[in-house]
Amino acid sequence: MSMATSDLRVVAAPATRKAIAPSRGGRPWTFYVLAGLFTAYVIALYGPMICIYILSFQDVRGGLVFPMKGHSLHWFVDLFTQVRTGDVKGSFDRSIKLAVLVTVITVVISFMAGLGFRRRFRGDGFVFYMMIGSLVAPGLVLGLGTGLLFQALGLNASWYTSALGAQLSWTLPFGVLVMFAVMSRFNNAWEEAARDLGASRWQAIWLVIVPVLAPGLVAVALFGFTLSYDEFARSLQTAGSLNTLPLEIWSMTLNVTSPSLYALGTVTTIISFIVIGVSLGTIVLIQKKRGSRAAAG
Amino acid sequence: MQSSPGLPRTKSPSRANLSGWLYVTPLIAVLVPFFVAPILVVLAASFFQTDGFGGLTPGFTLSNYIEVLHSALTLKLYLATIKFTFFTWLFTLVIGFFVAYFLVFHVRNQLLAIGLFLVCTVPFWTSNIIRMISWIPLLGKEGLINAGLMSAHVINQPLEVLLFSDLAVVIAYVHQLTIFMIVPIFNAMARIDKRVIEAAVDAGASRFDIMRHIVVPMSKSGIALGTIFVVSIVMGDFFVVKVMSGGGSASVVSAFYEDVGVLQYPTAAASAVLLTLVLVAIVALILRTVDIRQEIAR
Repeated sequence: MSMATSDLRVVAAPATRKAIAPSRGGRPWTFYVLAGLFTAYVIALYGPMICIYILSFQDVRGGLVFPMKGHSLHWFVDLFTQVRTGDVKGSFDRSIKLAVLVTVITVVISFMAGLGFRRRFRGDGFVFYMMIGSLVAPGLVLGLGTGLLFQALGLNASWYTSALGAQLSWTLPFGVLVMFAVMSRFNNAWEEAARDLGASRWQAIWLVIVPVLAPGLVAVALFGFTLSYDEFARSLQTAGSLNTLPLEIWSMTLNVTSPSLYALGTVTTIISFIVIGVSLGTIVLIQKKRGSRAAAG
Repeated sequence: MQSSPGLPRTKSPSRANLSGWLYVTPLIAVLVPFFVAPILVVLAASFFQTDGFGGLTPGFTLSNYIEVLHSALTLKLYLATIKFTFFTWLFTLVIGFFVAYFLVFHVRNQLLAIGLFLVCTVPFWTSNIIRMISWIPLLGKEGLINAGLMSAHVINQPLEVLLFSDLAVVIAYVHQLTIFMIVPIFNAMARIDKRVIEAAVDAGASRFDIMRHIVVPMSKSGIALGTIFVVSIVMGDFFVVKVMSGGGSASVVSAFYEDVGVLQYPTAAASAVLLTLVLVAIVALILRTVDIRQEIAR
């Protein structure tokens, strides 16, 4: 395929600029069709979510569907005060702590694996496919296996042991795959230059590789946090007696039929959006700083 | 990957192997106890006997497999799972392909393209369960779609088929998983040299020819990656089927979930082993067509 591409490149050299996306002039009809499709997709993506955010602000008469019945914060208060909706506050707390723990471990292990996979080594394919297996295996089955394993070993399943491990088996493959993409843009010559100038292996990693890869590491952290915070199938059989937030939401979908379910959806999505915003903001900030430093230098 | 074989620090193969393994040791230290061991436990449990109350008696019996393979329910569950997987795959592929195509080839401003791409990816980082239940106010009997259609006099009574049906299951899947198609296809398409397409246009190729001979073949790796994600997630899922079908439909894993609920571990395990084998076969088949490791690192 790459040979065909380079052959074509030679042919393409004197080409004038009129592709399917011309740089000037009218747009082809396909643009309008696909722009319509894209808009419809984005509306379908966000529309339903926006509906439940709006519906969560109803007052006490509120139901699960439109029209809105009044405006109030009733269901948010209900969420954190009612016993019937379960231990929302506690599960919130656990989910955040667990997500932070998973994030830190995911970043460190994915970074190391990213360094390791830069060069081929004997058996690297085995490790890689083990990781892919961990990614595609049905979460519920893995969760059950982990639960049974802990039972057989006489260990108590809890969110900070078995559920932590079960979630890592889900976040690590994503983290390492992101590292693959990030590492492919890293020029090994930078590290070699640092080593040639007398940096120790540790200094080369800490003073050269980490700063260069910082935006990628933030992206890994974003995956680690959000995938753990919303993880459900693998935690179901491994979280022990105390629920994480997605498990709480799951039990609510089965027996709570009031807008407090939507209120919980709104609250947890706000948390997700804050995390996404902070991560993307950090990446943009790092890139900008680099840009200005490069311009100044 | 740029390796520089001429440099004096080039390691001997055995040292390179050692340092490679040292770097991935923490990864293995997590995957062995939390992926390999659980799979082996499930495999072992599928050969065990049960007292019916969650207790497992170690032993070796094939009765669990015989029970699973002999039940008419198994065939039904697999057919249902394949049906959901196929329709979800089809819709996510078509939507994902054209969304990626639009972003890569039709949005001229690259910053705008990245912004729109992020708009597509943000919901991926939010809760799947919440995104699923958010269809209730729209698809329900008194939901927005029924209300809209009724006030427009298209229908006289609410469509019951919208929520708690197979349709709702597929809608929820497509809503959640299209992003898994968009990202890899977008990546593959972004690497297509625009000059190749310009050359084709200059040589008189039609829009359809370009699509058929350049864009689709060069996006194949992305399509393969997206397919692996979508197929493995749909086949391994149970909560969308359980909630969005209103209990009316079941898939292999949702039946597994019910089995676990009534402590029928060995039959559940046997069915899980069969499902895993099917999944491994499908993924291996797709992996034959694409080297994902090279694909991601490119």
